[in-house]
Amino acid sequence: MGYRAKFEVWRGDASGEGALQPFEVDVNEGEVVLDIVHRLQATQAGDLAVRWNCKAGKCGSCSAEINGRPRLMCMTRMSTFDEQETVTITPLRTFPVIRDLVTDVDFNYVKAREIPSFAPPEDLAPGEYRMSQVDVERPQEFRKCIECYLCQNTCHAVRDHEENKEEFAGPRYLMRVSELDMHPLDVRDRKDAAQDDHGLGYCNITKCCTEVCPEHIKITDNALIPMKERVVDTKYDPLVWLGRKIFKREDLEAKHATGRRSLDDAGPDNGSPLPADSIGPVGG
Amino acid sequence: MTTTAHDPGAPSADNPGRADIRARTLRRDRWWLAPLVNALGLATFVVYATIRSFWGSAYYVSEYHYLSPFYSPCFSASCVPGSSHFGTFLPEFPPWLPLALLSLPFLLGFRLTCYYYRKSYYRAFWMSPPACAVSEPHGKYTGETRFPLILQNAHRYFFYFAVLISLINTYDMLVAFQSDAPDGSARFGIGLGNVILLVNVIGLWLYTLSCHSCRHITGGRLKHFSRHPVRYRIWTGISALNTRHMLFAWITIGTLILTDLYIMLVASGTISDLRIVN
Repeated sequence: MGYRAKFEVWRGDASGEGALQPFEVDVNEGEVVLDIVHRLQATQAGDLAVRWNCKAGKCGSCSAEINGRPRLMCMTRMSTFDEQETVTITPLRTFPVIRDLVTDVDFNYVKAREIPSFAPPEDLAPGEYRMSQVDVERPQEFRKCIECYLCQNTCHAVRDHEENKEEFAGPRYLMRVSELDMHPLDVRDRKDAAQDDHGLGYCNITKCCTEVCPEHIKITDNALIPMKERVVDTKYDPLVWLGRKIFKREDLEAKHATGRRSLDDAGPDNGSPLPADSIGPVGG
Repeated sequence: MTTTAHDPGAPSADNPGRADIRARTLRRDRWWLAPLVNALGLATFVVYATIRSFWGSAYYVSEYHYLSPFYSPCFSASCVPGSSHFGTFLPEFPPWLPLALLSLPFLLGFRLTCYYYRKSYYRAFWMSPPACAVSEPHGKYTGETRFPLILQNAHRYFFYFAVLISLINTYDMLVAFQSDAPDGSARFGIGLGNVILLVNVIGLWLYTLSCHSCRHITGGRLKHFSRHPVRYRIWTGISALNTRHMLFAWITIGTLILTDLYIMLVASGTISDLRIVN
């Protein structure tokens, strides 16, 4: 049965200024929040900006905050709300607004480029990769990521602290580091870089990334905590730690070979033997 | 992490272009309930464990050999006769020192650095964050990058001690199946206390073995599971337990309190042990 629902939708521009605009709109059985946003565009607010694509929870485009909770609009059923309830839709809070519900998620692309790419053994050409299923199924979980950036948006390390964006790659990209470190054919040592260059230490494992993941990836338990433990293997083992203190110069040189953390400079050649993987700075 | 005051609703030059939403959160559900329940649960355990650890009496039932986990192992000459299963190589303690001085710091450290409890108390007490998409009240955040929180990385070392202490608790539990016969000799016996001790030890093992560090050490650190089939099977089993680590963490809080409370009541003569066999 259809009903008339109350909505409040953020309308604002790139300055960040704006307001919640009230709407009353028809809702039909089986609809999701994105359907209602499209109805608003069609009937009441033709200039309402919203990013969307697949409407099936697989493209990761329609991320927003619905009643304050980071969600995909296309996967949020209207039947989960009371008919009397006012549904509030706001843009992702961690990223700059371009217009209305559309945010600039460039931060994530920069962080993606900072991660040195997959590095197979030098004597192994593409096409010669052979891996056991049992070895790849663990990192395969992380390949389900649709890059909706809900985890990046929700992580309080950057959501509440813009200044940490320089140092902290966010859960999605720490998961990428973890995925590569677990990859049976990746030969690069990523443990020091995870802590020093990608800010793994900023994660205090409060699991909001896992809570909001629409793909139900166990980001904290299966990627971030295992990566923290791998870092402990090399950085916080007392004997290894003592050796590193004594040979500090070597440590610094090792760091130079990994990704950097500047948002302006994503780093030079990422060291991959595959030319196609060579990525320059954002906008370069 | 710091305690600098912060108004999460204030617009900030440090957040250029973000939607200028002043509210701390737009969530309407009862997001405050989980941190509140966690805070109450953890505070109850900390207060109870602290009081009982310093209590210094009613921790051992000599007739049935029940020893409270808060007093195991008891190495001091101050320990009640019979409660020291591994000898009393330490001198008498002043009353302000807990008798399980050698184990309590490691057990505290194990739970304090536990990946689950960290989530729980960071949310409940430090409000960093109190709930997802709810602003935290701190102006600055450095996570676990600096002292003292960088010490959270020592979790696996506490885990090693926790395994040792779980073995001791298991021994205590097994010893308690021997009760004193009227003629003074030892005989097999089962009482409600044995059942409680057994449940507690099972809970402690489940909590200890489901630890994230255990999962890593046993197999998680491997890159090639296919080359280590035995460790892979162990890792698979630990991983299955690990998904319930939070559950075991809370169960063991309950069983530790219940076990100690029951032994305290029996040892003090408030109640008598319900005997099933002998």
